[in-house]
Amino acid sequence: MIRVELVKLLTRPRTWITILALNALPTLVAVLLAVTDLGPRPGTGPPFLSAVLTDGTLFPLAALGIVLPLFLPVAVAVVGGDAIAGEVQSDTLRYLLVRPVSRLRLLVAKLVSVVVFVVLAVLAVAVVAYVEGRLLLGDAPATGVVSVSGSTLTQAEMTQRTGLAFVYVVLAMLGVAAIALFFSTLTDSAVGAALGTIGVLVASTVLLGLDAADAIKPYLMTRHWLAFVDLFRDPIRWGDVVDGVLTQLGYLVVFAGAAWANFATKDVNR
Amino acid sequence: MSELLIATHGLTKVYRGGVTAVDHVDLEVRAGDVYGFLGANGSGKTTTVRMLLGLVLATEGGIELFGEAMPKAGASVLPRVGALVEGPGAYPHLSGRANLTLLDSTDGRRRRGDRRRRVGEVLEQVGLDPADRRPVRTYSLGMRQRLGLASALLRRPPLLVLDEPTNGLDPQGIREMRELLLSLNRAGTTIFLSSHLLAEIEQMSSRVGVLDRGRLVLQEDLATLQAPTGLVRVRTPDLSTALRLLDGQVVDRGEGHLVVRSPDAAALNAHLVARDVRVTELGPERRSLEEIVLAASESA
Repeated sequence: MIRVELVKLLTRPRTWITILALNALPTLVAVLLAVTDLGPRPGTGPPFLSAVLTDGTLFPLAALGIVLPLFLPVAVAVVGGDAIAGEVQSDTLRYLLVRPVSRLRLLVAKLVSVVVFVVLAVLAVAVVAYVEGRLLLGDAPATGVVSVSGSTLTQAEMTQRTGLAFVYVVLAMLGVAAIALFFSTLTDSAVGAALGTIGVLVASTVLLGLDAADAIKPYLMTRHWLAFVDLFRDPIRWGDVVDGVLTQLGYLVVFAGAAWANFATKDVNR
Repeated sequence: MSELLIATHGLTKVYRGGVTAVDHVDLEVRAGDVYGFLGANGSGKTTTVRMLLGLVLATEGGIELFGEAMPKAGASVLPRVGALVEGPGAYPHLSGRANLTLLDSTDGRRRRGDRRRRVGEVLEQVGLDPADRRPVRTYSLGMRQRLGLASALLRRPPLLVLDEPTNGLDPQGIREMRELLLSLNRAGTTIFLSSHLLAEIEQMSSRVGVLDRGRLVLQEDLATLQAPTGLVRVRTPDLSTALRLLDGQVVDRGEGHLVVRSPDAAALNAHLVARDVRVTELGPERRSLEEIVLAASESA
């Protein structure tokens, strides 16, 4: 069933259009930086963006920082929200279930296909940003990179940590994927499920900016998203990264469980 | 009694909010039947079909397909059932062939080797092979309906559960669908056919169940229902002679015809002709399915 879901994901024009759109903003940023040569001052703006004018190979990380807060989760919400509700809308859910495909297998396959989408999207952003960084932006040091903490990282360390950062970003989307999947079992409208998920994201972001919400902040889904920057400190500061992964796994367990609880006995009337 | 492929016992569905969609229905569909499941829109047909297939969970009562309890035995039973439920469904951006291939590959155990052949066969069977590579979004409703039937036939199932299968087809398409289903039935496929179209059921079914506001008000073999009523309709230009001859047997008379109580239409015909009454038309009266359904619904 996972294979079938992957075929569906990959044959859908929407998947590729979404990935293309995800790359649009980093590309625009790269072009603007290359033309104007005006980077943000260090410590302001998206992470790593101030450094890319000197070292273009850092641009994949900057691009991730650009898409992570909004574009990537919105894309995940759209793809995840479509999981079950989209099958309802194309009148195909009932035909899958009477094949029969067990409801549990279907949910698992849907979740896997959303995660595969995240991996594809993140990889695409990284590759496109790397090429842009190389072509348009600074081509300074091949010897090593200055870490966020000020010391120098070797090229090998850099590659390793960049890999970790990408894994972290993929994991950071698990919560969004699980929530979108849950909403997708609640409603017959794929758009409704996506908007509901985006609503949760916005709420999480708003609460993060509110002092009165200090007590619940550690549990907010978006709290640790940008913690991937900590991977580039010397030595790596694991605290927030680990908390971030644990938070995502918590969301995954709760909402994937809720999706199953709701879908297992749901009357499929459409 | 032959084997029951579908049996329900006191099948009931009460939706949230207290609407009783299906009310203690006891279906009996035997192997080999073309079972016509009749009911007006909103009578609970589709809810019943969905419960049979495990899509909707019954509030009360039991369902057996092939003698196994549904929905518990779904994994072993449903591969033997081909279904078309309330309109076809397909991914619009994929071709008809790609849709069938995708559906066929949800079944991990089937060998991939003859998938292409299986898909090709059902496409040809429903007459969709000229359009198999066009995306489904360009299909007409009738073509989608054919595609839906093709997906129901993919596994060559011994039982077909079809909800309004001729919906959206033109007269030619309806005729082809009917011939296809009847030929499948002759080859041994049991067909459970739900429809609100009396004529369709009357033309195809061997057995009829009538659902009225959620209750099964009638379930009987069509041949039994339409057995001669013991009345014969006679049309003749010599009305007054005939009336005189058949005094006491005439139940009803109309413009140029009589309705006569007679156990044997042939004997009646011989009797009339022997006495120089010219007969233009003569035949045993049968009740139409429409009359039967209306009577059953009224008495319920």
